[in-house]
Amino acid sequence: MDNLNNLMQGFEDVVAPMNLLLALIGVLVGTAVGVLPGIGPAMTVALLLPITYGMEPVQAFIMFAGIFYGGMYGGSTTSILLNTPGESSSVVTAIEGNKMAKAGRAAQALATAAIGSFVAGTIGTLLLVLVTPVVVDFAVSLGAPDYFALMLLSFIAVTSVLGASRIRGVISLLLGLTIGLVGIDTVSGQQRLTLGVPQLADGIDVVVVAVGIFAVGEALWVAAHLRRRPVEIIPVGRPWMGRKDWKRSWKPWLRGTAFGFPFGALPAGGAEIPTFLSYATEKRLTKHPEEFGKGAIEGVAGPEAANNASAAGTLVPMLAIGLPTNATAAVMLAAFQSYGIQPGPLLFEREASLVWVLIASLFIGNLMLLLLNLPLAPAWAKLLQIPRPYLYAGILFFASMGAYAVNAQPLDLFLLLTLGLLGFAMRRFGLPVLPLIIGAILGPRAELQGRRSLQLSGGELSGLIGGPVSYAVYAVIVVVLVWPLVRRFVVRPRTSPA
Amino acid sequence: MTVLVGYVPSPEGEAALRAGIDEARLRGEKLLVVNTSRGDAYVDPRFAQEPDLAHVREDLAALGIEFDIRQVLGGGDAAEEIVELAEKLDVSLVVIGLRRRSAVGKLITGSAAQQILLGTDCPVLAVKAAV
Repeated sequence: MDNLNNLMQGFEDVVAPMNLLLALIGVLVGTAVGVLPGIGPAMTVALLLPITYGMEPVQAFIMFAGIFYGGMYGGSTTSILLNTPGESSSVVTAIEGNKMAKAGRAAQALATAAIGSFVAGTIGTLLLVLVTPVVVDFAVSLGAPDYFALMLLSFIAVTSVLGASRIRGVISLLLGLTIGLVGIDTVSGQQRLTLGVPQLADGIDVVVVAVGIFAVGEALWVAAHLRRRPVEIIPVGRPWMGRKDWKRSWKPWLRGTAFGFPFGALPAGGAEIPTFLSYATEKRLTKHPEEFGKGAIEGVAGPEAANNASAAGTLVPMLAIGLPTNATAAVMLAAFQSYGIQPGPLLFEREASLVWVLIASLFIGNLMLLLLNLPLAPAWAKLLQIPRPYLYAGILFFASMGAYAVNAQPLDLFLLLTLGLLGFAMRRFGLPVLPLIIGAILGPRAELQGRRSLQLSGGELSGLIGGPVSYAVYAVIVVVLVWPLVRRFVVRPRTSPA
Repeated sequence: MTVLVGYVPSPEGEAALRAGIDEARLRGEKLLVVNTSRGDAYVDPRFAQEPDLAHVREDLAALGIEFDIRQVLGGGDAAEEIVELAEKLDVSLVVIGLRRRSAVGKLITGSAAQQILLGTDCPVLAVKAAV
């Protein structure tokens, strides 16, 4: 098949020493970042973005993809050994994994997490290779109204589906849209929210926003809650699994992959929902139900596979349509744009070699991650002994350097601090961060598509409803918005008569 | 008057605890076991977790001495805390565990033992781990 030929070509190109070295650096940094709670791949990609300005785009993306995948591997180590998830996608792993560790089966838990992540990552990337061209064919037929509808769906989904409170999601989204609004409007030349400051005319750079909200906000939050009781870490030898563990794990791995990949590809799917679904499914299908809650290996195998598969799934809409479905993809999208590359259907035609080298590097990065994580998981846990002041001092250094490197103007540092305070306030008041990043990055693009549709229709609102895709997407939006009301007024009263 | 033991869950700390018990018996004084952590890392191997502390508590209770165990969290580093406590409370002897360290290591991260030896007014007993 044509795509497999392209993939083979990608493998040929990726086996260059510099590319392999960057893949290795990416996976090392990604695992480290996944192990440490509070620091995630999204923040790291944003922090390292200015460093990659001097590199070729391919190399930068190989490193970012390594960080992305690595983050999913590292989170399980902390979840299992410390009962503190390193990433939000590893929350479910902690439930069974930590119980297994306390029962003396930490080695098996770590092994099933690492091998499951590898299996899911490989299958997920294969699915990525097969599915993306199909999605690209579909995306070519999308017009501006369809893109606008899809982005609206992304906004609505990211506020309504994730998180406990819709209103908090909406607040966060509106903050992000406002931040994205700053600058001179390219169409009408109107100054928007620039407050008379000429340096803001180009808008607030995405790097400053991402780094400020993620890195500086997190640093301030940790500084405010610094002195905490150290957690007990469970000592473990080299991870390994017995034959019975293999037999019990392989089906949850496959089921987890099946859950993770589609949810990663959906807007606002994220990695948390498939892990919960995988856990619930494994609990129902297990032959050892009495073990759930006390350390069942299926409860680690399934969710870990799900979160790695969702990482692969996230790349499908990002590469094929240019629609990011989680924070890391959003920052990677901004990285693409900073190189002048536009992800979307034309990406595969214009930058075919870049895309296939990237996908080939995912396979290699996956393998490197397995080799790094399986024997070395206890060593990665040693990272947790670094006192947080040193860690966050390093992060703030990179953050300030990155913010200044964008435009070499001191205003960006003030903006960084302001956004950092905003990020701190969001964590303090429980506002989710993802809608803000999606709003700041997708907002301007959604506006562009919306305006284009209205211009094509001569200003009539009916221009926003273009082809069949936009009908379908708007229908889904209506369902998502209306479903809670329906549930409250129609379904509940039916079940409540005493 | 109290004997203050700087405890960490390691062979040196255990040796310090044994020596502290002996000294408290000899002098007929109370025993104060102190374990501290700055609390700024996720995992601190020198912080005694519950199983360790319960073990220590059992041992001391079985021996029938008057004792007190304090875990100080979120203050300064261990040497500062011990020097402060030795000043505040009526401490007649401080017992710490001692291990060999390289000159470069002591240059980079400092030596808690040296700070305690020179910082307290009362005598300090430095014990090495049981071989």
